Amino acid sequence: MARIYIFKRFERFWHWSQAALIVFMLLTGFEVHGSYRIFGFENAVTYHTFAAWMIIALWVFAVFWHFTTGEWKQYIPTMEKVDAMVKYYITGIFTNAPHPFKQTRLSKHNPLQRLAYLFVLVVINPVIWFSGWAYLFYNDLAVVGLGWLSLDWIAFFHVVGAFMMLIFFIAHVYLATAGHTPTAHIKAMITGWEESEE
Amino acid sequence: MNTTRFSIRYLLLIAAVLMLSLSSYAAEQKESVATIKMTQAAKQASKSTADHTKFTELQKDFESGPEVTAACLECHTEAAKQVHSTKHWTWEFLNPATKQRLGKRNVINNFCTSVKSNQAFCSACHVGYGWKDDTFDFAKEENVDCLVCHDTTGKYKKIPGLSGHPNYKPMEWPPKSGKIREPVDLKKVAQNVGKTSRDSCGSCHFYGGGGNAVKHGDLDSSLKQPLRYLDVHMEAKGLNFSCGKCHLSDSHEVTGSRYAPTAADDKGALLRGKEDGRNPTTCVACHGNEPHKEYAKLNDHIDKVACQTCHIPEFARGNIPTKMTWDWSTAGRLDENGKRLKIRNSGGMVAYDSKKGDFTYESSVIPEYVWFNGNVRYTLFGDKVDGSEIVKINQFMGGPDDPNSRIWPVKVFRGKQPWDVGNQTLAVFHTAGEDDNAYWKKYDWEKAMKVGMAAAGMEYSGKMDFVETEMSWPITHMVAPKADALSCAQCHNENGRLRNVQGIYLPGANNTPVMDKIGLGIALLALLGVLAHGGIRILTSRKGAK
Repeated sequence: MARIYIFKRFERFWHWSQAALIVFMLLTGFEVHGSYRIFGFENAVTYHTFAAWMIIALWVFAVFWHFTTGEWKQYIPTMEKVDAMVKYYITGIFTNAPHPFKQTRLSKHNPLQRLAYLFVLVVINPVIWFSGWAYLFYNDLAVVGLGWLSLDWIAFFHVVGAFMMLIFFIAHVYLATAGHTPTAHIKAMITGWEESEE
Repeated sequence: MNTTRFSIRYLLLIAAVLMLSLSSYAAEQKESVATIKMTQAAKQASKSTADHTKFTELQKDFESGPEVTAACLECHTEAAKQVHSTKHWTWEFLNPATKQRLGKRNVINNFCTSVKSNQAFCSACHVGYGWKDDTFDFAKEENVDCLVCHDTTGKYKKIPGLSGHPNYKPMEWPPKSGKIREPVDLKKVAQNVGKTSRDSCGSCHFYGGGGNAVKHGDLDSSLKQPLRYLDVHMEAKGLNFSCGKCHLSDSHEVTGSRYAPTAADDKGALLRGKEDGRNPTTCVACHGNEPHKEYAKLNDHIDKVACQTCHIPEFARGNIPTKMTWDWSTAGRLDENGKRLKIRNSGGMVAYDSKKGDFTYESSVIPEYVWFNGNVRYTLFGDKVDGSEIVKINQFMGGPDDPNSRIWPVKVFRGKQPWDVGNQTLAVFHTAGEDDNAYWKKYDWEKAMKVGMAAAGMEYSGKMDFVETEMSWPITHMVAPKADALSCAQCHNENGRLRNVQGIYLPGANNTPVMDKIGLGIALLALLGVLAHGGIRILTSRKGAK
């Protein structure tokens, strides 16, 4: 059994605080949307907005970290072994077949993960972020030439983004249990150390 | 011995200190009492540079209102001319946008309906003397009533039926009440004129529609000395605004109009002296366009929502019920002796009056909400009415796609009133007067219609009926303190206050049911998928273990 140090301290901090913020924002966001009532509309808006600024601040650090450490390269997509991964999740995982992907420090995400995270980065996040900013600064949009954007469309994209994030969250949490033991990935995200099968 | 002396000295010292502090305390007390008295005196004394009790022109026993006016005009030479050009005098307003000729003289409402043929009664609220019919001289300066607006004694009252005059002889008032009303002391009133006040403006505007709180819903006598909850600006012990603080007036022209209101003001606070022709009576003219400092998100509402919508959570909040409906069609029912009936409801309000029909009232009323761009279109005398649908006495124009529209709170007053079936128009009918044609005298619709329609310039067709009508009144007074403004969830809610307002995206109001179903559906599928996948994993791993 080999152990490799995959997730550095900042990365783990980033992951878990982002996770907490996203869960909280899903919770408050869908309340603002009117799906249920927990905090009350006014509180939900306040909390949601506050959490939004927190996550923005977090992202400023995260972007800086990714570029200074070169970790951004972890998200360069590849189609190599994607089919093997799909096959593994459909059949291999049930038959104790060996995992087709071997984690290294330079390549910590399997090809499906790369694609999924890239999708979050280039589709889900931008949809949420840009619609969210438009939502926040709704009455000043004319200043930047976006006065034609109506609130219903802004909200539409924001909610679409929220649903995509919710679906990603469900899949992500589940696949976190798909390591060589159900808790291996989760432990790695906490301690930084991943155990691999050999 | 030594110790005793010391202690005596000590005692003396303590006593001295005590005496000193006591006396200084007493002096302080006296001083503060004096200051209070002085400020009270200062408050009571007029700030005016003229003491009208010293004016020789006013040292006489006036016989009539016009005589007082003549005395006023000796110094205020231009005052009557100024008044002559105002709506308060002409009761006429030409809407520049619609070209409709409006004003009390022209419109028909669904309260007492029309001034025409009833001037002697209605002109109790005209700023003039003697308007009883079309022969009234609108150019005569002495016909202007200075006192009704400038009285500060509260004793000056114009009596309906006297064509805008107060009573100069003792008379029974209210009619058949057995109470004798002594004539007003015109000399005293004239010597105590001053600026307009909530009391003087309110002497008409609080009683519109024939009684306290009847018409507007946001104007009634509770605003004479309002507490803070009722009106944060007019609070008697607080900011104590007079009407004129907002309705800034110049040359007797009072700003702020219900006929052509400013529904949306995006021009920010109005600097003193800046003459750009805009209405200074809006909220924005003082508060600007970003008034919410603590919670800036609220400022994002100003492109859609009028200030009044949140800040006047209810109207008729002063414990005086406002009239909500008036059904003329039931008027004329008399008791077994053929006498006028007046039936009161459990709240003591007149619910039926033979002269007028059925009424309902409400207090602390939640307004209705409509898009409004300031353009009001009236159904005027002669405008086609066919009785098949509810007649909108006035209609607030505007809509969600109009950048000049805002969502406004309104009082919708609903009624049933006469229309001339043959002429297909809302009717003008003769209500008040001592003649036998007056409806309130003989309860005869035919006679009342004939005279009324003729006064409005049309021959009565001979066939009348009652039609349902609606009239909207913008709610803009009785501004609550901010703690009492609407909370977010009162609108941001599936069943919120704005549920009937079209064309608005309201977060929290379940606006996107289709997308919500699709999104939630996919999320549930994903959840089921991972649960199934996990289930199979658990099953197969057990098998593997075996």
